[in-house]
Amino acid sequence: MSARDREVEHDTHLDLLSWLLRQMIRIRRFEEKCAELYSATKIRGFLHLCIGEEAVAVGVVGALDAHDAIVSTYREHGHALARGVPMESIMAEMFGRATGCSGGRGGSMHLFDASRRFYGGNAIVAGGLPVAVGLALADHLTGDKAVTACLFGDGAFAEGEFHESANLAALWHLPVLFCCENNRYAMGTALAREHAETDLTARAAAYGMVAWSVDGMDVLAVREATDRALAYVRSSGQPCFLELRTYRFRSHSMYDPDRYRDKAEIEHWKQSDPIPALASRLVSEGLMTAAEVEEWLAEIESEVATEIDEAVAVAEAAPLEPVEDLTRFVTTAAGDPVRRTS
Amino acid sequence: MALEKVTLGKSLTNGMRKAMDRDPKVVLIGEDIGKLGGVFRITEGLQKDFGEERVIDSPLAESGIVGTAVGMALRGYRPVCEIQFDGFVYPAFDQIVCQVAKLHARALGAVKIPMVIRIPFGGGIGSPEHHSESPEAYFAHTAGLRVVACSNPEDAHWMIQQAIECDDPVIFFEPKRRYHDRAEYDTDATSAPRGLFEANIVRPGTDVTLLGYGPVVKTMVEAAAAAEAEGTSIEVIDLRSLSPLPIDTIVESVRRTGRLVVVHEASSFLGMASEISAQVTERCFYELEAPVIRVAGANIPYPPSRMEEDFLPDLDRILDGVDRALAY
Repeated sequence: MSARDREVEHDTHLDLLSWLLRQMIRIRRFEEKCAELYSATKIRGFLHLCIGEEAVAVGVVGALDAHDAIVSTYREHGHALARGVPMESIMAEMFGRATGCSGGRGGSMHLFDASRRFYGGNAIVAGGLPVAVGLALADHLTGDKAVTACLFGDGAFAEGEFHESANLAALWHLPVLFCCENNRYAMGTALAREHAETDLTARAAAYGMVAWSVDGMDVLAVREATDRALAYVRSSGQPCFLELRTYRFRSHSMYDPDRYRDKAEIEHWKQSDPIPALASRLVSEGLMTAAEVEEWLAEIESEVATEIDEAVAVAEAAPLEPVEDLTRFVTTAAGDPVRRTS
Repeated sequence: MALEKVTLGKSLTNGMRKAMDRDPKVVLIGEDIGKLGGVFRITEGLQKDFGEERVIDSPLAESGIVGTAVGMALRGYRPVCEIQFDGFVYPAFDQIVCQVAKLHARALGAVKIPMVIRIPFGGGIGSPEHHSESPEAYFAHTAGLRVVACSNPEDAHWMIQQAIECDDPVIFFEPKRRYHDRAEYDTDATSAPRGLFEANIVRPGTDVTLLGYGPVVKTMVEAAAAAEAEGTSIEVIDLRSLSPLPIDTIVESVRRTGRLVVVHEASSFLGMASEISAQVTERCFYELEAPVIRVAGANIPYPPSRMEEDFLPDLDRILDGVDRALAY
């Protein structure tokens, strides 16, 4: 490898790490702002934050091509942000404004942006999984090389729809990337209390799928595993299953008093916080000095704070959908289909 | 012009064949619909002619079937799902109510879900619960779904094509005990006799309006013929569309006759007849000569087959309903 090649590789690696770090910080601060706005009753409805799980959102979603599809869950703010759905339109959705990515109708759990092939958050646990199979089947039939990534939790693994979808994708050889964000709790129910066999990777493999488990707190590990999985899905046309072992630092939702988790356990997992972990890696790999990292983090924090402040200001000023418009898009405007059919 | 006598079942097959010929994005998906041609043979021959990628045999996974169709619809396909029996649709209820019905609204019109879910429904074939049920009200109750039911071969031929052309999801109910009924119509016609969401006045009359859909329409026509012999003129309306409800046609008829009897096999409690009764009462209060009468299934699980004749609205029960309306 020439010196020039090494330099390019070094720059590419640094670019990747910087993108990963910036996105994780964006998501973390966005979530913290949402919690604050929720407590101030500016955001209503339910709110499920992904603080602690940013490495999964950024590592998985960042590895996808823009043409790949995403089907997500109700804990999807991070997925949408990493996808490139503008923060302004996500924040406006939180506020229920007409300028939100779902017109203010969806709220926190139903971010949707078809133009970015982000086929939605979904309040129904595992509800999006059969839809992901259909997207992949359509791509398979049309010869489109896109992969459909569906993100879901360990709770969804207990639902029948996961098992139907895993079987269909494996049976029909469909390009689905199943990403199980295993944060060890289905709401308040611990993994061992929801699954007779807690090795989710082994169970997924039983469907005839390639299945790997990954340290979901290590964003580079997530990114590398996703790159590898995508390469496999694209070349083989087969589905793949990733179990991303992660942890949420906050309660299930803003309503959840979090009585089912030991404080020591939470503190233990916080030691693996993916954001400082990546920052120290920049130093340990010799890419930056500690002082440089600190300066750089301050710069990112300041830019992110500005982006969030602007998103909040824009959202607060945006209009609500007029109530008389709520009958729009219940069905298509066309009404009766054409009479002539031959 | 090709006048042919065709069964209702074969009319559906032919209608789907026409839709598949016209549009390569029309695909069928369901349990045993390919090699076997479906339990009721409605898709017979289609896999042979269109291939396994357009007539897709699926495992027994109703939620998976419907959800897969949603994903395909998002990608521009027009999937037609077959649910094998009425009672088998319940495992897919989440997909239908939470995804199929709502995605167009959630995306503010940016995506359409042009899919059809075909469901053979109703009793009268000597089958027990789950194989003889009429679950239409669940779906008519859900905003975002179109719900229709065909009653005769010519309508089956056209309505399935119109449902496939519709940009909204359509729950398509097929009267399974009428699959073998035959009727003559022009199978080469290039234009449907009426829109998908229009009711059809099957038989004009002046004394009572008799309204129903699906399998009971034939029985209603027989009832009207029997009543005519006794000097009662019954107007029979085939509702065809349960949602949207073609209420104007019903109201116009009731304003003329002053009496309405609504018939369906589904249990009377919160069935289609209840909604129709409410709307007609609201709009025809001063024209009504009698309360709206419901002739429907009892509020019990579908009975054992040896007792289903007592459950289903037959000629006698319909005529009794007409008599009760006329008694006021």
